[in-house]
Parts: sequence; structure tokens; C-alpha cells
Amino acid sequence: MPKGEEAVKVLGVWASPFVMRARIALNMKSVKYEFLQENLGSKSQLLLQSNPVHKKVPVLIHEHKPVCESLIIVEYVDQVFSSGPSILPSDPYDRAIARFWAAYLDDKWYPTLKAMAGAKGEKEIKVVIQQVEEGLALLEDAYNKISKGKPFFAGDRIGYLDIAFGCFLGWTRVTETVTGTALIDEFKTPGLAKWAEKFCEDDAVKPVMPETKKLVEFFHVIRAKFGGSA
Amino acid sequence: MDEVKLLGFWASPFVHRVIWALKLKGVKYEYSEEDLTNKSELLLKSNPVHEKVPVLIHGDKAISESSVILEYIEQVWPQNPLFPKDAYERALSRFWINFASDVGMIFRSFYLSKEENREKSRREVIQVLQIVEEQALKDKNFFGGDNIGMLDIIYGSIPHWFEALEESVGVKVIDPNALPRLYAWAQRFKQIPVINHDLPPYQDLLLHMKRVRQRLISQPPNSSA
Repeated sequence: MPKGEEAVKVLGVWASPFVMRARIALNMKSVKYEFLQENLGSKSQLLLQSNPVHKKVPVLIHEHKPVCESLIIVEYVDQVFSSGPSILPSDPYDRAIARFWAAYLDDKWYPTLKAMAGAKGEKEIKVVIQQVEEGLALLEDAYNKISKGKPFFAGDRIGYLDIAFGCFLGWTRVTETVTGTALIDEFKTPGLAKWAEKFCEDDAVKPVMPETKKLVEFFHVIRAKFGGSA
Repeated sequence: MDEVKLLGFWASPFVHRVIWALKLKGVKYEYSEEDLTNKSELLLKSNPVHEKVPVLIHGDKAISESSVILEYIEQVWPQNPLFPKDAYERALSRFWINFASDVGMIFRSFYLSKEENREKSRREVIQVLQIVEEQALKDKNFFGGDNIGMLDIIYGSIPHWFEALEESVGVKVIDPNALPRLYAWAQRFKQIPVINHDLPPYQDLLLHMKRVRQRLISQPPNSSA
């Protein structure tokens, strides 16, 4: 086995956007790994041992050592595996911008998307949709500025911020389907609409992007289980 | 060499993270104090998304979010590295940097706790700090080992700031019994010259924290602070 690639494992679940980030990064580096699916209702010993603080997926296990948190895993993979393109930009400022928007996505935008699932009543849904759309307007603007006419945030090929954002496309589509509201489309967010299409076609992304149909089914299952709030 | 400017607020621990990193690396910078009740054009233009300090302006580039700024500083000025070289150790450092946000939220709950919730909140603070003590600090002098590193800077709001927070609430939490190693680290950390020379005056900080606490407690819930 090529050096450094012994026993690379990813603990995850197929529906998680955060797990997807780790897998896209490994795919970009052509690293073979074992994908161990967790049953989140009953977490494995390996997961509890590997991430005792949060007990969450994804966890990357490399050379028997666990790396936790999706964006940390992406950076780690970029540093450790030299095959394949760079994931983080090399320029410090570009790198800072990518990290800034990844933090924005996780801390500010994704929570608003998740809130749509639990929103009840027309009024509440309207408020949450507005928050999601305001965030998307900022992201559309960021995309236009950062990509500078190229297809991806990172330029000609996908990179850190593409991965950080693109992983949410499945659940964005679920939200669009369930609420009947277009979020990323050619009228509201023309730049992001084109970007989303290209992102999903990338060879590192295609194998791990779940089908929207399956995600919608999964969403309804979870919603039924937790009585309307997911 | 492009000029370096830091937009900050004297009482902010996040701003101090950046000050300490710049000083430890010997980077010359100009400090600009912001009036957060009347934010400057420069701040609003440089950080339009959050309108917060710290913002580092390097030449014509503006970088926001303290952890993003710290990574930028580490990359641009690699002397006196604050991160470990090893990729795995670095990943661990980043994990604990992220965890500091969870700690911050629990600190905030304690800060704003009402009397009936205070004891529960105090125990949550101890629990979360025990995790930091047992798994991040362990038996080392500093988080970074023999010398301070990125995690010492990140958790550097515990000495001094959390002390003022405790005093403003009127309840002591971090003491040599509950958290012996963390307590010892806090005393050690404050003695380091670079840190020591830049701490906001304690009495001013205490007054500020008391005032802010009063304001936040008397606001209706869910209003932004």
C-alpha cells in the first residue's frame, strides 16, 4: 500500500453534508478509504472512542489516529496527502477569505437552513426563508468576487470553499422541495446556480453527493420520528 | 513591507489574541481603537458581514474573525511558530481552537445566569473546563508545551477576563481545588511579559463587564448584544 495510506477510515453517515466534505477531500487526493456507516441512534464504540468530546461524525482515522471536525479533516488531508491538487489556496489572503466564508457557512448560514425544517406556520417559515435568502445573497456576492470569472470559488478546480459550501446543496434542494421555494436558481442567484451544477458534476463529488429524492425520503422519516421538528 | 493595522476594542479578549500573536512574532502594527457604539467607516467597510473587531488590515487586505486572522498571521510571519509542525498535532490544535467557542458559550450563559440557574451554570463551566484541562492542557506548563502556542493565546481569555467575569457575577469558579492545572497555567500565562504588558487594566475591565452585564440582563430575551 502506498505510504501514508494504510487503513484510512471515515466514520460517517451518507446523509451528512459534513461527512461529505471529508470524502470529497479524500477523493480529490485519490486516497482509498473504508467508509464505516454509523447508526446515529446507537453509536459505535469506535466513534465514541475516537471522538469522546462530541461523539459526532465525521471522524477520519489515519494511521490509527482520529481527526475530528469536517473542515479540520479537509485541512489535514490537504497537508498529509501530496497526490492530487491542493485543496486550500496557497496565497495567505485567499486562504483567509476561504476560511472566513467557511466559518460563516457553519456558524451563520447553515443554522438558518436547518431552521427551515423545524419552522411551523406561514409566518415563521417566511421569516426563516428570508434569513436563508439574505445569506445566499451574501454568498452570491462572495462567489462573484472570489471566483473572478472562473467556475469555482477556488478557480478552475474545486477547492476548500467549494467543498465547504457545496456539501449543503443536497439539503438545500430538500428544503426547496419541501417548502416549494426556490433558493439557489438562475434568477435569484445566477452565479451560484451555475456553480452548483458544475460542483455536482465534479468527479470527486459525484460519488458522494446523495440523491435529492433519497434525502427527501430521509427528511420525512426524521420529521415523523421527531414529531415535526428536525 | 505592507503596513499592518489592527482595529480593536480595549476590553475584547478576541482582539488581544491578535495583539499577542503579532507581538510574539515581532510584527510592527498600528492599533486603532474602535468606539463600538459608533463604528468607524473603516471598520464597516472592512468587515461588512459582521461589523466586528478584531479586523487585521494588511496593506489593502482586510481579514476578519480572530481564528482566521491568527491562521493568516501564522502563514505570513512564520517566525516563532505558534502551531505545531506535525499535521496531526496541528489538527488537534485546531480541534481545541474550535472547542473554545463551545467554552465561550458556556461562559456567556454563566455571565448572564439568573440566581436560580447560577449553580447549574457554574457546574457546567467547571465541567467544560475540566475537559480542557484533562485533554488539552494535561500536565504541560502551557498548552503549547514548554512555551506558549496558539492554544494558550486562544484560551488566554480565561486568566484575567474570566476572573473579571466571575467577579461581576459574584461567584468564583476557577480555583486551585476545582481546576488545579488550569489555575496554575492561568497564573503562569499572566506572568509572560508579552501577555502581561498588554492586559487591559483589571479594574476598568471589571467595571466594563459589570456594566455590560447589567445592560444585557435588563434587555428582553432574544435581543442581540
